[in-house]
Amino acid sequence: MQEAMIKRAKELLADGTVDRVMGWKKGEFSYDHTPAVFTSAQELDENFVCDDFTSANLSKYLVKETVRDGKILAFLKPCDTYSFNQLVKEYRIDREKVYVIGIPGGPKLDIEKIRAKGITGILNIRNENYTLKIETIYGVSEMPFYEAIGVKCESCKSKKHVVYDELIGEDGEVLDSNRFDMVEKLENMTSQERYDFWRSELSKCIRCNACRTVCPACTCEKCVFENPDSGIENKAAADSFEENMFHIIRAFHVAGRCTDCGECSRVCPENIPLHLLNRKFIKDINSLYGTYQAGENTTDKAPLNEYKMDDCEASIVHERGAE
Amino acid sequence: MLRKITAAKLDQLFEAISGKQTLYIPTDREDGAAEFRKYESGMKLSNALNTVRSAKDFFFPQTENLVAFKMEGKKIEVKDIRKECEDFVIFGVRACDARSFDILDKVYLVDPVDSFYKNRRDHGTVVTMACTRPAETCFCTAFGINPTMPGGDVTAFPVGDGFFFMANTEKGEKFLADIDDLLEDGDLSRLADVQENTRNILKKLPLANLSTDSFGGDKLNELFNSDKWAGLSESCIGCGTCTFVCPTCQCYDIKDFNTGDGIVRFRCWDSCMYSDFTQMAHGNPRVSQLERFRQRFMHKLVYIPANNNGEFGCVGCGRCLQKCPISMNIVKVMKALEVK
Amino acid sequence: MNTNDTLIPLLGIVTDIRQDTPDVKTFRVVAPEGGKVFEHMPGQCAMLSIPGVGEAMFSITSSPTNTEFMEFSIKKCGCLTNWLHQMDVGQMITIRGPYGNAFPVETELKGKNLLFVAGGIGLAPLRSVINYVRDNRSNYGNVRIVYGSRSKNDLVDYQEIIDEWMKDEGIEVNLTIDNPQEGWDGHVGFVPDYVKELNPSTDSTVLVCGPPVMIKFTLAGLKELGFEETQVYTTMELRMKCGVGKCGRCNIGDKYVCKDGPVFRYDELSELPDEY
Repeated sequence: MQEAMIKRAKELLADGTVDRVMGWKKGEFSYDHTPAVFTSAQELDENFVCDDFTSANLSKYLVKETVRDGKILAFLKPCDTYSFNQLVKEYRIDREKVYVIGIPGGPKLDIEKIRAKGITGILNIRNENYTLKIETIYGVSEMPFYEAIGVKCESCKSKKHVVYDELIGEDGEVLDSNRFDMVEKLENMTSQERYDFWRSELSKCIRCNACRTVCPACTCEKCVFENPDSGIENKAAADSFEENMFHIIRAFHVAGRCTDCGECSRVCPENIPLHLLNRKFIKDINSLYGTYQAGENTTDKAPLNEYKMDDCEASIVHERGAE
Repeated sequence: MLRKITAAKLDQLFEAISGKQTLYIPTDREDGAAEFRKYESGMKLSNALNTVRSAKDFFFPQTENLVAFKMEGKKIEVKDIRKECEDFVIFGVRACDARSFDILDKVYLVDPVDSFYKNRRDHGTVVTMACTRPAETCFCTAFGINPTMPGGDVTAFPVGDGFFFMANTEKGEKFLADIDDLLEDGDLSRLADVQENTRNILKKLPLANLSTDSFGGDKLNELFNSDKWAGLSESCIGCGTCTFVCPTCQCYDIKDFNTGDGIVRFRCWDSCMYSDFTQMAHGNPRVSQLERFRQRFMHKLVYIPANNNGEFGCVGCGRCLQKCPISMNIVKVMKALEVK
Repeated sequence: MNTNDTLIPLLGIVTDIRQDTPDVKTFRVVAPEGGKVFEHMPGQCAMLSIPGVGEAMFSITSSPTNTEFMEFSIKKCGCLTNWLHQMDVGQMITIRGPYGNAFPVETELKGKNLLFVAGGIGLAPLRSVINYVRDNRSNYGNVRIVYGSRSKNDLVDYQEIIDEWMKDEGIEVNLTIDNPQEGWDGHVGFVPDYVKELNPSTDSTVLVCGPPVMIKFTLAGLKELGFEETQVYTTMELRMKCGVGKCGRCNIGDKYVCKDGPVFRYDELSELPDEY
């Protein structure tokens, strides 16, 4: 796969279709790859990587990249194509300036899941028939591939690319995922249990803003939390109420636009399952306004942006809240 | 003098310490990550190499109130809300975090002394934990840190069936004296074996040969003007993760909070990675992520050594290597800027 | 806890407010029990705040030789300064300091001919030095002040300049405004050009303060006239929170403007990275 991608990228650079390539650059270890822009065949040969650890969603970088002149090649996994479409729809990405090559998705791995098994001193990780052979300075460890899958790939919503100029590998289907299972579990809790769950999770938050900064739906030029005129500007929670509110306000703000790409939970240094907040909104939108998938295309109006006669009444909030 | 506690008596030890003062130990959370928590009966010491958040929180917490004001018409009343901190013990601080306290001291204990920091520093007893199982992300030795001899008030050395303790300060001696009835004599030669074993592992670490030769206060302009910064910073998303998990990052913001019954002025961690960090009414000297990214690494590798006789502002704990959302970190920066 | 902490501010009372220009007011501040809140040297700054509104660093514009009060000339440009501009006499503010170094009035500047070059609100920090020099006149040589602003109305401290500085012996004041204006028969043109035109003698030590672009062109002009970088001092401004080199945001290279500055000699500043 990686070889085919490098080959195709070199061709598109050589024939002038694009002048830059957005991909992932090899890291110091076998798992710490960084999103990067490549401009030459030599750079691609030396550093381009696509493997089990290239899970970062590249779509948001294209906001910045398409402000520049020229055309850029972007390799997008199925989930990334939803973010891409949504950003095109919101006029944040100039579609004409991107050549999209769809590549197969994950599941991608999360090194933290491997570390959580107590495996340390990691020198190399190989996937042999879905068993990870992990070479460490303390010897070789093994673990099942599926136990190392990152949280964002645990319940994949789609293997289908919703936008591309060409594909490398096969396109897949929208999956009947179990992604709302945990949301249902939370819904079935008593309000006190649910409060305790979120309180325990959100109290770990260090307000590093990684979730917000990485989120393809968070593209405000100036975030309300950084705007002194907003009245809610804050860098740190002054109390536990604010500690909770940051994430809840953010979830509200991306409701109907969040494609469920899972980047928020992937980057959280405290492993807070932030995607569950967004999924709750997605589930509610589906049930109240009909199934809707943000980023599925660039044309459909978002249910929260569109008024229909049969929309639920605002009183639904009270009715459901009383349950 | 070397004293020892057997593993079986560790709970008793924690009970004894926490009976007299607040005790914090690293413990495993449900998600598998370790964090320092206030000790409660039954809590188990984590085997993890390090906590997600560093131990700097104990002396430089994420937020703390500085002063309160009562506003009435044109009048203002200033209320000094400082309180003498209670004694506390942090147990199980690694060598990297222990060194970070020295670096924080050089900021907060120099004139004018920060009384908030000093208060906590005066009342905290630091029990360090020697490393026996370093990770591939460790590079403390590049900064002259010896993880087999981590310092602090007391050092704990894990030795199979328990821990050896060695007092390094007067505070440490008092700490050991208070729990002496739980301790027995330790065997110095066994300690040497454990240390030797760790030293051999350290040599095998992938970052064992990371060099600091290309950095320091005397290379300020050359490094500042390097053309490598653009490429290094291009993917930085500008979040504060590296800053907040870093044990030596100590920049802060001061903010006011209206409680409804007056104003509380608090300080909170801030990050040079944020766009508003240096924003002024009439402009920003660090216009793009390149300048902000450069500042963070220049601060640790050049500016701190320039002002502190060559001592670097990084302790090689590896947290930024593990937590950066896009896996960009100080090791990659050092390797890219290295002059061979 | 009975130790002082610089982050815990003192109180001041605003006893006089003077509208200097359409967007600059000068505030007179005294301690609640009367007299100055603290002593300072020319060029030093203080953190002023209205709790709940904000806190920011301002240059102390009065001379230390003034034993009764401190003054701050403040331009309206943000949240806190807007608030300060609308407040009335009698308002309490919080104040802490003094912060930073000072112009070397008792060392390097002593016995020297002095050339002050200021633009707009940049006169504020220099006013402290100018009045200090006027009050210790025998310690310094000739004094020349070149000051310019957008218009006559934007000249800060215009009355003091006319009524006091211009009447002093041994002080030459050269004013200029950017564009011609009715009722102005003085010089018209930008400060850097005016300095070159005046062709001051290179035996002076120069103190410059103003907008960055003015400073930049003034310095280039001075070099053309034969001045050395070691003869020129300026004062910097960056965002500050603590004022004592700990909060970590006002650095230029390894120097903190709040602690190592705000006054820098030009040769020192040129050695620092260009990030201000």
